[in-house]
Amino acid sequence: MLKAVYEWIDGRLDITPMWRDVADHEVPEHVNPAHHFSAFVYCFGGLTFFITVIQILSGMFLTMYYVPDIANAYASVDYLQHKVAFGVIVRGMHHWGASLVIVLMFLHTLRVFFTGSYKNPREMNWVIGMLTFGVMLGLGFTGYLLPWDNKAYFATKVGIEIAASVPFIGETIQNFLQGGDIVGAETIARFFALHVFFLPGVLLALLAAHFILIRKQGISGPL
Amino acid sequence: MAREHEEQPMHPHAPRRQMTRRQFLSYTLGAAGAFMAGGVIIPMIRFAIDPLLKPKAVVPFVKVAELSQISSQPVSYSFQTLQIDGWIEKNVEQTAWIAKSSAGELFALSPVCKHLGCTIDWNSNPQHPNEFFCPCHAARYTPEGKNLAIAPAPLDEYEVKIENGFVYLGGIRPNTIAT
Ligand code: FES
Repeated sequence: MLKAVYEWIDGRLDITPMWRDVADHEVPEHVNPAHHFSAFVYCFGGLTFFITVIQILSGMFLTMYYVPDIANAYASVDYLQHKVAFGVIVRGMHHWGASLVIVLMFLHTLRVFFTGSYKNPREMNWVIGMLTFGVMLGLGFTGYLLPWDNKAYFATKVGIEIAASVPFIGETIQNFLQGGDIVGAETIARFFALHVFFLPGVLLALLAAHFILIRKQGISGPL
Repeated sequence: MAREHEEQPMHPHAPRRQMTRRQFLSYTLGAAGAFMAGGVIIPMIRFAIDPLLKPKAVVPFVKVAELSQISSQPVSYSFQTLQIDGWIEKNVEQTAWIAKSSAGELFALSPVCKHLGCTIDWNSNPQHPNEFFCPCHAARYTPEGKNLAIAPAPLDEYEVKIENGFVYLGGIRPNTIAT
């Protein structure tokens, strides 16, 4: 049945070469943990992507209940966590995944660094990876405010104060991030917009570039 | 990836078709992948459909009117009920048209038109005296709420409880008075 559906679509759209091109290629021996167990360090990039997918999915579901508004944000998070079935799990995935993604991305960066994989011709992918890192930190920072509890509020205040200490343009950055004179209603609205629209959009574009370059250039050789 | 026809049987006399190593591995991989994807997706689906599976809230009875005031002429009474709307709880004003039927039975009708949900009024159309009338598309109802025109069903009624000379109203249910 499934096979018939697949073949019906494939007959018209010719999707087999597409996924073959994406998924069906050889994994070199030196990155395959089945050959050398120590090659598990090559898994960190894929694991980062796996967690990123979970973040996107759990985030989409959380917005079914969450309201980005200073009067209701905390109450809606409290409601979705304690009153909605599996709310604690879905929010837990997003909460712990946010930290995990940073950890895994850091390990991935270390692997790339210590295997020298960033060298010519892959410097551009290193730069894209660094930009991705920055976007991920931005996602973490903007998401932190959204529950609108004490931790969220003061962490954001501190983060914005740090940004405000940049010479010359600090105040401009502060005003842009706050959307007003204080961390308040306008801040949570724009942090929400950044968190669910702008930054994920940039993230997906960067990830696409990252993966296309890997396929173009191949995995770097053994040490 | 069905390869069963490509492999040559190792023992020509053994007709038993065995699973190839590749098949076994791809099934195992598929099952493991499905297990992991399910572990991620199922909680999210359950989370999303929670409103469908929540039990309906029981509506408490509210004191609305004095029994001695009710006649055969419908009169609208307003009362407050607590509405729990997710994380927002607020008192909302409700209206009921309360009267006694020809058999002397007390009933309270919901003012929500059964056509498309506008609010009906009593005796508001001079051409149709002593009827409920809806201004949106001219639905009409008898005093007991029976639908005369436009609307596909009679007006809903409130559950009624009478205690110590007072009328208490509860949840809304389909009309049981109009015949
Ligand atoms: S909504 Fe009342 S007549 Fe249409």
